[in-house]
Amino acid sequence: MTFEKFLFYFFAAMVIFAGLMLITRRNPVHSALFLVLAFFNAAGLWMLMEAEFLAIALVLVYVGAVMVLFLFVVMMLDINVAEMKPGCFIKYLPVGILIALTMVVEMVMVVGPKHFGLDIYASPVPHAPGYSNTDELGSMLYTTYMYPFEIAAVILLVAIVAAIGLTLRRRPETKYQNPSKQVLVKRDDRLRVVKMPSESKMELK
Amino acid sequence: MIALSDYLILGAILFCISVAGIFLNRRNVLILLMCIELMLLAVNMNFIAFSHFLGDATGQVFVFFVLTVAAAEAAIGLAILVVLFRSRRTIDVAELDTLKG
Repeated sequence: MTFEKFLFYFFAAMVIFAGLMLITRRNPVHSALFLVLAFFNAAGLWMLMEAEFLAIALVLVYVGAVMVLFLFVVMMLDINVAEMKPGCFIKYLPVGILIALTMVVEMVMVVGPKHFGLDIYASPVPHAPGYSNTDELGSMLYTTYMYPFEIAAVILLVAIVAAIGLTLRRRPETKYQNPSKQVLVKRDDRLRVVKMPSESKMELK
Repeated sequence: MIALSDYLILGAILFCISVAGIFLNRRNVLILLMCIELMLLAVNMNFIAFSHFLGDATGQVFVFFVLTVAAAEAAIGLAILVVLFRSRRTIDVAELDTLKG
């Protein structure tokens, strides 16, 4: 067994282990952390396939941003894990395993070594030492795929606006200052000069 | 050497694990969202494997777009989940049945 093959089996076993742990934990925090483990090992597999830029992007964007968002929401929601009834898990376990196994068997029959083995798709020659995956991806993104790239940027902008718009709420019971109104206040809004007749000595008698 | 079929089988196994996860975790929408992320990872694995073995970087460009859309989906999904939790105080799928009549 070559070192490359050992790395592949190690990363693949870790990804599958992390996936299995992810779907069987009841605490969402544990699930999120196992998903992080799965992403790290998938990044290792992508490195093996010479997709260096995407491997780093997976760790930076997914582990660094999306999973932190997940953990943030898990901790913000204050879910009572103990209160969740466990009956559902056992109830759906047989049908879940049955469907998953059926799908695995069917997919392996399609994508197995018979159709996608080494004799049909030979292992590609490794790139020369000076090759840069980032260069190649960047030159494709900014020329051929310029238009989809800009649409992706717009999708991200829409996601930001939608996420903020959905979660923004004004609480009427909370009192807060409005600085612009405070600055615009005139003297007449606060102060009222009342004209009164002054008292005279004659009236005192 | 590692064959293309090895990566494809790994992707298939990962996809089926997340399908099983969607069946099992009806109590928790958060874990359902994580299962969808795992599914997208399996799909991306297939894209990169084909890109590597066919010597065509277009597959990697597509993975880039899938990552973008998945990030947007996670952000909006979690925002909807937060709003849902505020109004119903639960994230149990079985109890979110107001529209059932």
